[in-house]
Amino acid sequence: MNIGVVVFPGSNCDHDCRHVFQDVLGQAVTMVWHKETSLVGLDAVILPGGFSYGDYLRTGAIARFSPVMQAVKQFAAGGGLVLGICNGFQILLEAGLLSGAMLRNKSLHFICRETYVKVENAATPFTSLCKSGQVLKIPIAHADGNYYTDPVTLAGLQANAQIIFRYCRADGKVTPEACPNGSLDNIAGIRNAAGNVLGMMPHPERCAEAALGNEDGRLILASMVEGVKKAKHAEVVV
Amino acid sequence: MKAKIHVTLKQGILDPQGKAIEHALDSLGFKNTANVRVGKYVELDLNQTDKAKAEVEVKSMCEKLLANTIIEEYRYELG
Repeated sequence: MNIGVVVFPGSNCDHDCRHVFQDVLGQAVTMVWHKETSLVGLDAVILPGGFSYGDYLRTGAIARFSPVMQAVKQFAAGGGLVLGICNGFQILLEAGLLSGAMLRNKSLHFICRETYVKVENAATPFTSLCKSGQVLKIPIAHADGNYYTDPVTLAGLQANAQIIFRYCRADGKVTPEACPNGSLDNIAGIRNAAGNVLGMMPHPERCAEAALGNEDGRLILASMVEGVKKAKHAEVVV
Repeated sequence: MKAKIHVTLKQGILDPQGKAIEHALDSLGFKNTANVRVGKYVELDLNQTDKAKAEVEVKSMCEKLLANTIIEEYRYELG
């Protein structure tokens, strides 16, 4: 299995992602510079966190024009698994691979702390190792994570079980107080209609090994590895 | 031709920066201020003499890049 981690100018969680997939989950990882135009040979793609292009204009607004994003679009259209974390989520929104937009956090602060998120849908290639309703402790680190979309799109996300993670209390209750950034409907992560593209603000790669005192994030990244294995197996059977 | 473009959050969308500035103005004693909205200003030169064509171009720039029309609206002056 070969996991691609895209590197934009200003990405800063790319090596954390590489470390987890390679050293913790034992998978081959290819770092993909943003000028690449092909993702051939890769089984899944990660858009990591950071401050691509200095967050100029809007977060993710310039990164979406990187040559690699055309390849990411094709990869996603072909059913490949794409995970955008934090700035990666913002890029997926700006690129139109996920619906909605990010506003500045309601408090205006850059928030860097642990949050609890509830797994709202465990029947996805990103959450298959989680239980439905499971509460994960995963840190956030962002200034623009206040998810917004129009009421029709929101209703669609809700109806199609596209909201994968919602901010909650430690006991799993989804309350307005548990939402760190003002996000609509406590949204912490959504997927596309086809189900193969996920964007999330919390950083699973920062809590994926025992040495860090928290392995909750590993469930998400290991689910992805399982998802790719299943897809490969299905190809062989066909 | 010069284009002067203003991009602001749509009415009805909470503007936390605007709110913070509103509170700051209030504590400075400017008690008559309300509905502070913060936006971006982009100025650019267009190699175009036809105003109608320039307008089409600027509109397209706004829709495709300068504004995120899910959350922002834009207006522009050409001259």
